[in-house]
Amino acid sequence: MKLLVCISQTPDTTAKISFNADGTEFNAAGVQFIMNPYDEWYALVRACELREALGGTVVALNVGPATNETTIRKALAIGADEAVRINADPQGAAFVAKQIAEYARGEQFDIIFFGKETIDYNGSEVGAMVAEYLDLPFVSYASKLDLNGNTATLERDIEGGVEVLEVDIPFVVSAAKGMAEQRIPNMRGIMTARTKPLKEVQPVAFDDQAKAVQFTLPPAKAGVKLIEPDNMTELVRLLHEEAKVI
Amino acid sequence: MVLVFAESPRGNLKKAAFEAVTYGKKVADLLGTTCVALTLGKADNAGELGRYGASRVLNATGAALDHFDSQTYAATIAEVAKSNNASVVIVSHTSTGKSLAGRLAVRLDAGLVSGVNMLPVADGGKLRVKKSVFSGKAIAEFEISSAVKVLSLLGNAVKPESSGNPVAVETVAAAASNGRIRVREVRTQEGRVPLPEAEIVVSAGRGMKDPGNWGIVEDLAETLGATTACSRPVADSDWRPHHEHVGQTGIAIRPNLYIAIGISGAIQHLAGVNNSKVIVVINKDPEAPFFKAADYGVVGDLFEVVPRLNEAFKAFKAAN
Repeated sequence: MKLLVCISQTPDTTAKISFNADGTEFNAAGVQFIMNPYDEWYALVRACELREALGGTVVALNVGPATNETTIRKALAIGADEAVRINADPQGAAFVAKQIAEYARGEQFDIIFFGKETIDYNGSEVGAMVAEYLDLPFVSYASKLDLNGNTATLERDIEGGVEVLEVDIPFVVSAAKGMAEQRIPNMRGIMTARTKPLKEVQPVAFDDQAKAVQFTLPPAKAGVKLIEPDNMTELVRLLHEEAKVI
Repeated sequence: MVLVFAESPRGNLKKAAFEAVTYGKKVADLLGTTCVALTLGKADNAGELGRYGASRVLNATGAALDHFDSQTYAATIAEVAKSNNASVVIVSHTSTGKSLAGRLAVRLDAGLVSGVNMLPVADGGKLRVKKSVFSGKAIAEFEISSAVKVLSLLGNAVKPESSGNPVAVETVAAAASNGRIRVREVRTQEGRVPLPEAEIVVSAGRGMKDPGNWGIVEDLAETLGATTACSRPVADSDWRPHHEHVGQTGIAIRPNLYIAIGISGAIQHLAGVNNSKVIVVINKDPEAPFFKAADYGVVGDLFEVVPRLNEAFKAFKAAN
């Protein structure tokens, strides 16, 4: 098995989000960065489990600057065998997808894993793009993945239910809750991660045709209006007359 | 023209399709062009999309489209987009649309903005369009500079508007399937509106104390025609099914009304619900962080407040 897990670095869930004065750039000062949770908890762990059961190699791939190495080493500590960093600012989903596809094209991976989306841009775009570049099937929002020979059985979250499907390797998958359980790296993992190979690859030129040009913060909430617990008729009136949602 | 892929899960056009065509018509008006809807596989009453603003409705059928495979679907949509010179392609930001949007962008050499929730602005040949980012903590405006643009539309972002007339459905060709994805089974909850489509959601957390206490939540949901949801600890304890879990790791939703009962409002939960239009929080702890994100709050014992609220809604419904 040769498995590729694409990992993103994102601001921590609890990070305070702010931008520079003219709203053109994210303000990273004081922000804690983490591995995108869906990439880490579900995609990476399931890939490691498959490798443990079937043998093979798990490669963790990140498109980002050298400062992302802490996140990449964490992926190695969790269980990836080797890592690749494509040395570029991950300026947009299409740019990142192009870089991943160009790298993966020559490597013959059996399964390419993504998290279902990143918690910063929430786009869910890159996996489908990579699948298209490589002309591979794509299974999104998979909450279960089992492999039997060259055929995988997956469950995929759909609106109000689940779809069960089979797909032959190679394919691209995006992982949702349920595919695996989060793993905390142990001391041995952290120690061995230091010496595992981390290769730097140079990016290919690509111009993103959809660019984030302006950021704003949502208007502040007016503040909660408290209603006495014995006056639910008043709450219903407000929802009808003021909020107009019923 | 603006091409809208109108989804028909299990053969039926649903709200997402009507929203997407309504939005597509508005985008078409903005660009001074027409809106064309495309359905794939079985789509009962597809001509009805004319009512929502489609000047033409196209349908491709065949064994290859009976089940969803993003490769076959994207190939078919892209072919229709090319042969009709589509300048904008719109899909719904659903499990289906999210699997397609990226593929379409690559196939059509198009810039993609996914999960848009408002109308774009035309700027010469470019489009500027906004979406919510950082799990609802910010808004980003994107500029799309490519000749063809792809957008995926968030659910509940526009209200379906029907004013036109049904049109005849024209048949178009389906792409061939490579057969590598084989759908074996589709299991869905019947009866209730799926969470991402629900306009009212009644959600409960650990404050319920025991799964046996959910009757009051279900009664309230029943009165409101709402869909039930729950917080992560509740789903993780198997008090409620996992598909009810809303929040960052579960489902992100944006209903018109979100009623949170006995949920403290951890930031991971808020990330999945803070785009709701109106949030009502019922919690006995006045310090619960959820009150900061709420529009209306009730500090009190949920076992008393929820039945009382249910009675008040019933009285309201009877009077209106």
